[in-house]
Amino acid sequence: MAKGIWIFVEQREGNIKKVTYELLSAGRKLAEQTGEDVSALLFGEGVAGLAATLGEYGADKIYLAEDARLAQYTTDAYSKVLSELIKAKEPSVVLIGCTVLGRDLAARVAQKVSTGLMSDCTGMELSDGQLVLVRPIYAGKAFVKAVCPEFRPVMATIRPNVLNPAQPQAGRGAEVVNVPVQLEKSDLRQFIKEVILQVSTRPELTEAKIIVSGGRGMKGPENYKILEDLADVLGAAVGASRAAVDSGWIPQSFQVGQTGKTVSPTLYIACGISGSTMHLAGMSSSKCIVAINKDPEADIFKVADYGIVGDLFEVVPLLTEECKKLMAS
Amino acid sequence: MRIAVLMKQTFDTAAIISLDANGQIERQDINLIINPYDEFAIEEALRLKEKHGGEVTVIAAGAPETHDALLQALAMGADKAVLVTDDALTGADEYAAAQVLSKLLGSLEFDLLLAGWRAVDDASAQVAVRVAELLGLPQVNVVTKLEIEGDKAVATRDIEGGCEVVEVPLPALITAQKGLNEPRYPTMRGIMQAKRKPCQKLSLAELGIAASQVAPRVKALSYFLPTPRAACRLVPGEAPQAAQELCRLLRETAKII
Repeated sequence: MAKGIWIFVEQREGNIKKVTYELLSAGRKLAEQTGEDVSALLFGEGVAGLAATLGEYGADKIYLAEDARLAQYTTDAYSKVLSELIKAKEPSVVLIGCTVLGRDLAARVAQKVSTGLMSDCTGMELSDGQLVLVRPIYAGKAFVKAVCPEFRPVMATIRPNVLNPAQPQAGRGAEVVNVPVQLEKSDLRQFIKEVILQVSTRPELTEAKIIVSGGRGMKGPENYKILEDLADVLGAAVGASRAAVDSGWIPQSFQVGQTGKTVSPTLYIACGISGSTMHLAGMSSSKCIVAINKDPEADIFKVADYGIVGDLFEVVPLLTEECKKLMAS
Repeated sequence: MRIAVLMKQTFDTAAIISLDANGQIERQDINLIINPYDEFAIEEALRLKEKHGGEVTVIAAGAPETHDALLQALAMGADKAVLVTDDALTGADEYAAAQVLSKLLGSLEFDLLLAGWRAVDDASAQVAVRVAELLGLPQVNVVTKLEIEGDKAVATRDIEGGCEVVEVPLPALITAQKGLNEPRYPTMRGIMQAKRKPCQKLSLAELGIAASQVAPRVKALSYFLPTPRAACRLVPGEAPQAAQELCRLLRETAKII
């Protein structure tokens, strides 16, 4: 019988993505209900040192695949190693963060092992011994509760920032199992020519706890400075609506919404954003939404928890000053 | 260059979603469109054809009305279309859809497979990848720039905090992200021509697939609508007072800053 809850560890250059800790905590909770073990799947080159941290966050076992060909993520290499491991060990559940990498890997692996995969889940519960996943559909305008009743493992990608990571337990150990990496040259067809990372002191949008976002009301690219100032006081990321991106004020990579990124921060501050359904699709799972807009009829106020009807060019700098005082106190 | 494009018909992105008497997603009176990400894929196929010559085939599996979406792709400039439609596909999951589409593609010759990176309805982003796996094709997902260099594709894809440039041998699957191109609108001439272009309709039996082969892996237990958020608390006062009060609420009431 399939047994074991597996968590894929997403890391880039030895930095573990936050969603990994969220999954380890969720996996731990699940394991305590089902009496199974939690295993972390750590792939890369020179990453063995991360094993201790994974143990502290709840892994009982680390499957460690160390190989130069896993130094950079490629679908071909990672999906082969992971699917072979699944076939050999037969886990019951495999959870992967719903990131660009996670989505790319999970779908390929699910097909390799011929099982079901539930994507971009925002909730998870055990019901009559069956793992039920909750996922938004139609851009968050509805949700579906879904199961994979007959095939194992149950696979799911989980949206970052929706599950709360537990505190790590210092010294909690985990057994490290080395995974032999068997890759033929013909397995590896993708060649990464170049990786271009934007240098930013701010957190990545999909991982940020707080996002300060600007839309059409920003009026021009030069005005994003006032959002950046607020973001920096709060340790936040900066986002944008489609209107701002399509106007060429800010690159596409900052766009939140249906044709942009999906985010679930603790706090989303929408400045000069009307709140179209397209935008809401990308941020409606935020825990707290603040809207600053001069139009009291703007749809954003229908989803906001707090709102200020006013001129963002007046309100945002004042808010920055207030936050600065608060952070200093 | 022979290019196949996987496409899907979806609800209009502005559609209001409700549940019917059986708790299923209400499909009545919903305007249907080509999945917006698939439009980027179709457009890219047409541009590659214009540059390198060749043929563009658009492919879908779905309800009979999916024909309208295929017609629109033909009107944009695709050369032919194939639709697999069958009652047995009701309740199909990504696994089942991939079985059907890969079987169909197995009987076609193509150098490049394009698709939208996800559909705006279920947002699974799985079917094209599963098809690539079934056909043994390499993949590059969420692509914003594509160059064909001989028998290779060089694709720039979005990653968190940046992008990467990936080279794969053809045939390969490339999935389209916003930014790849600006899709064209069909011209009146295109719309007239579309009606005369080949548009084949196949059942599972005609494709040589048994209903048992498309048994879904994932089953939907129930659907529900989001619980409406509590009414917005408007912070009153002139800007300085409002900003100060908002800050206090975020710290003391919401406890998030």
